[in-house]
Amino acid sequence: MPLFDSLYNFAHWLTQNREEAEDLVQETYAKALKGFGSFQPGTNFRAWIFRILRNTFLTSRTGLAATRTVPLETEDEEQTVAVSRETPESILLEQAGQQQVQAALEQVPVIFREVLLLCDVEEMSYQEIADTLGVPIGTVMSRLYRARKALRTALQEQDKMRETKHA
Amino acid sequence: MPDDRWQPKLDQYLDSELSAEEMRGMDAHLRECPSCSGDALRRMQLKRATRLAGQRYTPSAEFRRRIERQVAAKRRPARGWLWMPALAMAAVVLLVATVTVGRWYERSRSEQLLAELADIHVADLASPTPVDVVSTDRHTVKPWFQGKLPFTFDLPELQATGYTLVGGRVAYLQHEPGAHLLYDVGAHHISVFIFRDRPEIERAFPARDSTSRMLSFHVESWAKGGLRYFVFGDASPEAIQGLSRLLKQAGA
Repeated sequence: MPLFDSLYNFAHWLTQNREEAEDLVQETYAKALKGFGSFQPGTNFRAWIFRILRNTFLTSRTGLAATRTVPLETEDEEQTVAVSRETPESILLEQAGQQQVQAALEQVPVIFREVLLLCDVEEMSYQEIADTLGVPIGTVMSRLYRARKALRTALQEQDKMRETKHA
Repeated sequence: MPDDRWQPKLDQYLDSELSAEEMRGMDAHLRECPSCSGDALRRMQLKRATRLAGQRYTPSAEFRRRIERQVAAKRRPARGWLWMPALAMAAVVLLVATVTVGRWYERSRSEQLLAELADIHVADLASPTPVDVVSTDRHTVKPWFQGKLPFTFDLPELQATGYTLVGGRVAYLQHEPGAHLLYDVGAHHISVFIFRDRPEIERAFPARDSTSRMLSFHVESWAKGGLRYFVFGDASPEAIQGLSRLLKQAGA
């Protein structure tokens, strides 16, 4: 089945729960099969099915709760050209293991986590991400900028906690 | 100080979202600006760490079977011939989608491997000790790998070729050890990676020989004798191909 593993991984990251992820993927396939007529051959199949999954998630109880807590009022295209002056070297990424990065990803709000997953894990282009999320490319860039910043902050906080523990 | 004109575009550069002209401009800038190149390296490490950490969850075999049954049941025709044209159309679309996705997976796998090699190449060059065995003599460098790698390889004689062997170290691609050799040509550094040609690599690079680009690096790759070779660097395509020819002639 095309994209089954990717859809499940994405669903599990969104829901943070195995059973909910399975329900989400199952519903996605049911909707995709039912609405196959709405898929236009020649358009992006991957963005189409990821969009179904993501929209299904957003209307679920977990999705509604997760997105209600994220402030988007500052979201605009100007964010993307803001010059970043944070000091990512303090993150010591090379010392952070995979589990630390996974824990940091869990800390990132779902609306930023999803854009990181689509860009860095699924390796979608900005246009594909825009199609999946139903937002302009400028918003994709803005969210990516904020998502990476949030991930760095989460890693830095973990680093500080580790240092405190060892002190 | 980071350059205010280029630094805000680093993420787009690493996401391959800049125009070809801007990619070239950024390449040139990164060669001259240590602040931005250091920043680019850190961002690339974060991107790579996110990719590896993000591939976390795998569906169970039981769940896979359940979905397969669900899809199969939906595909089954309810009223015989009345559904045939719609099914035929759906089959064609699914076939196109599957082929497209298959090609995307293949490309994605190769890009992922090349991205890992780009990380190693850049990170090693940024390191104060890019190689663990420092020697221009192939008869010193090759034996250094004895006992460190589960295979052996031949290195070419470079006299009067313009290439210089700098040294080597052990590198890891998807947790498998291999050889990372560093060569100089003019002012450029070229990395040569040698790994066992495992099924995952074969699937990512189905063609025996391939030429590609990753983040504006030129890459030559080929398989021979159960080994997979990658020649990788920011030198000209001709320089990369020239070193590849020498390696192939050396029995590679």
